[in-house]
Parts: sequence; structure tokens; C-alpha cells
Amino acid sequence: MASDDIWILGIAMTKFGKHSDKDIVDLGAEAVMAALTDAGVSMRDIGVLAAGNLMGGGSFGQMLQKQVGQTGIPVYNVTNACATGATALRTAIMAVKAGEVKFGLAVGAEKLAGAGLLGGGGSAKKDGNKWEPKGRFGSVAPTDGRIGTDTMPGTFAQVGMEYGHKYGGVSFELFARISEKNHAHSVLNPMAAYQKKFTLDEIMNDMMIAYPNTRPMCSANCDGAAAAVVCSGETLKTLSLEQQRRAIKVSASVLTTDPYQESCQVLPDVNTLTRNAAKIAYEQAGVSPSDLDLVELHDCFATAELVHYDNLMLCPEGGAVDFFNSGATWRTGSTPVNVSGGLESKGHPIAATGIANIWEICHHLRNEAGDRQIADAKVGLAHVIGLGSACGIHILERSGL
Amino acid sequence: MSTQIPHVNYLELGDRPHLVANECTSCGARYFDRRNACANCFGTEFRKAPIATEGILKSFTIVAFAAPGVPVPFVAGIVDCAGTSVRGNVINVDPTPEKVSLGMKVRLATYSLGTDDDGTEAIGFGFEPAA
Repeated sequence: MASDDIWILGIAMTKFGKHSDKDIVDLGAEAVMAALTDAGVSMRDIGVLAAGNLMGGGSFGQMLQKQVGQTGIPVYNVTNACATGATALRTAIMAVKAGEVKFGLAVGAEKLAGAGLLGGGGSAKKDGNKWEPKGRFGSVAPTDGRIGTDTMPGTFAQVGMEYGHKYGGVSFELFARISEKNHAHSVLNPMAAYQKKFTLDEIMNDMMIAYPNTRPMCSANCDGAAAAVVCSGETLKTLSLEQQRRAIKVSASVLTTDPYQESCQVLPDVNTLTRNAAKIAYEQAGVSPSDLDLVELHDCFATAELVHYDNLMLCPEGGAVDFFNSGATWRTGSTPVNVSGGLESKGHPIAATGIANIWEICHHLRNEAGDRQIADAKVGLAHVIGLGSACGIHILERSGL
Repeated sequence: MSTQIPHVNYLELGDRPHLVANECTSCGARYFDRRNACANCFGTEFRKAPIATEGILKSFTIVAFAAPGVPVPFVAGIVDCAGTSVRGNVINVDPTPEKVSLGMKVRLATYSLGTDDDGTEAIGFGFEPAA
């Protein structure tokens, strides 16, 4: 192993679901303690903590230290929408890469069970008021619902439909089939919030949220946390053979934002920044999409999964529909996608997601994934998108020792 | 005679209601809000540019579940107005997948949002099928 490589030494996630008896600090601490144990190090060894939480009140990292060990190390409290977890990990990686610390710790935790619809709203005009222009658009009334939609299901529905306008071939049923796949995958994942298989009919006849996304085609709001310990190759060489054997190489760690595109001011462009991140990641890692044994991508909605097949270059440009229809992305296919169940079934505790998807990949690369193990997995890719936008991509490889 | 006020400041009322963007004088990028510098080329000069009132529906969703106070269902869409993407609802149409389709031709239409105590009527916009 090269001295300047970055390695995941330990990684853990809590079960995703409803944890009514635990707060974000409890959840984060559970993930941190398990990641430290997995790594074979203690809080005394950790030189930097990057802590992600989106919906809490701030200072999450410091609260967490008081729960697991206050050593005075720098804490970076990180938020980057749904890319928060990946951003926390990347922050810890940068500190290790810069040579400032030997061991970095990244954690993401979220309480989201029962949160309901995300995005949208605005205060309505009260009776008897005057129309008064307010805000950036000088609007006299809320715009959500009158000038398009601010809701997440509606926004990502348009992302998928826009792909259909550009390349053709999309339908309500196609998107529902993507959801059918992820729910079927989740049956094998005991860490998933939901492990229920749905028939296509059940998915299509469930409650419509924003056409073509019905409820099971939306990410599942739930509670959860995930944490990872990273170090350099130089440090890893000084550790035990068992630690070296289980360590997972971070072959690429990339974070991008959305560059200007003509329509990005009216519909967030989740495509260009993902494609850009993927290009950089494949180059950094020296792997091509066909080398990937499994992919965890940001299926916040079934409509989003489709476009990311293309953005991650798992298929030729414009070929995502054919790619899915070929069966490639089922766990038995050539490029298994979201064998964890994805955000639609495993769940999406926002800040935890960007580390939990990496845990899933690591679990397979370590050959520890039990019933859902992808046989002989050597290379995997984890992708998240935070609307606004931020994209995190990590390519991971097993140590081969 | 009651006065009118547009829902948003980039809607220009009058005989032929239309949208107006801030256009970068260097690269032509268009914005419906204010920018200190163009997000595309960093130019700092902008001029007003009228937006075509007819276009193609390049994406849509039919929102069935929204924030409290937002009437559902409604069709939210993105309209390609001669090269400028515009966000708006598709109105004066049955909000069903049978009646709304990708690539359909639409045109700007306005409607009343109601009248305030001073008798001022707020006017909103959407896009309606242009057959």
C-alpha cells in the first residue's frame, strides 16, 4: 500500500428506522463507538472530528464529544444538504491527506422519523392584508404551488421526467419498477428501515405524492447514524495485519457543486455535478464503470435513480432506460445498484446517508454482508446528492491482503 | 377602476402579459432574480429581456401532496420558452397524466389571486395548453 493512500479503518451504522428512545447524540455515539471498535482505535487516537447533522440545532460534534470522549481536538460541524455525510467524511480525509492528523473520524446522524413532506410551504396571505412584494422575486403571495413546486418529491419527479423528455422511454411503470427493485433488495438487509417487498401493482396503486412518484417511490424518512475512521497508508502499515486486511482503500473521494447550466435556476441540475464528480472519481481511482461490482447511488426518489445510471456513466449517454430494462441493476445483474434497499427502503436519515452508503460498500468488500453479499466484490462506488447542490462520490476497493 | 399588482416582479402585466428576465450583456444568461455577477461568465452588466410567451413543456409533475394551504392536485412544470427555461404551473387543464404530456405546446396565461383591502388585484401566471 502506498503511504499517501487513504483507508477506511473502521466503519459502522446504526440500524435505520424509528428510534423513539434515542436522540441524535445517542445515535451518533452508537455509530462512533462501533466505528472505533471496528477500527481498533480509541477517541485518544482521533485527531479530527467532522460531524454532520442537518435538522438539529448545531454544535452536534461538540455534543457528541461529551458523549464519547472530550479530547480537545478540532471539530468541524458540517452541513451540505443530503451530501452532509459524504462531506463530513471528505473533511476527515482532507485532514489526514494534509498530514495534520493520523486518524480522522467522520459521523452523520439524523432524526427524521415521521418528518413528512420535505420542502415547500411558505406563509399564506392573511385576510385583510395588503399585497406587498417581498423577497428576491418581489412576490405578493407564496410561490410554492402557484409557480411550480418546492417539494422534494415534485422536484425530483421533474428531474426524471426531464430525462424522459430528452431521451424518451420513461413511464410511470418504469419508475415504479426501479422502486420495486430496491424494495426487493431490502428484504435481505436487516439494517434497513423497511424490509418489505412490494409488487408493481402495490407500488403504482399506493398514495400518489408527486406523479410519477408514489409513496414507496420516495425515500423513507427515518432515524439513523453512521461513522467512519480514516487513516493514511503510512499509518495503516504500522497497524496489525488484521486491521490491514479489513481496511478498505478510498481510491477516490470527490465533492462537486453544480456548475452553471441554462435551466439550473428553475430546476436544480443534479446531472452535471454528478457526471463531473464521476469523471474525476474514475480518473482518481483508475477504474472504469465496468469495473464496479456494486453501486450505492442516491435514489432519494425512483425518478432520481434513473438519471444517475447515466450520470455515473454506468450506461451509454441517454441509455438509462434500456440499461435498467436489461436487469443490469438488480443484485443478480452486471452492475448491482442499491442492494441495501437504497433510500427508498433502507431509509434516508439525511446526514447519515453519505456514510451509511459507504458502510454498505465496505461491508461487501470485506465479504461480511451475509445473505445479501455480492460475491467476490472488489470495487464499489457510493454516491450522494444534496440539493442546492452538492455531490459526493467515493470509490472503494478491498485491500487484497 | 381597480389596480393590479403582479404575483412576482418578473411578470409584466398590461395588454400582453409576459415575463422579463435580467439578461447578462456578455453571455446572454438569463435570471429571474438579481445577481451581483453572472453565474456563468461573471459579467456584471444586465439588461431587461422579454421572455417568449409560448413554449414546450420539457418536464412536469402532478403534485398530489403539498404543504398545508397549497391546493392539490396541480401540475408543476418546466417550460422551454424559445431557449429560456421557465418554472410555472400548467393551468386550465385537467391535472392528470392523460391530459398533460412531455413536449406539449403551452402559452403564458394569467389569473387572479384575489383582491386586497385597497382593491388591488394580484395577478398570477401559469402556462395553458396551446393546442
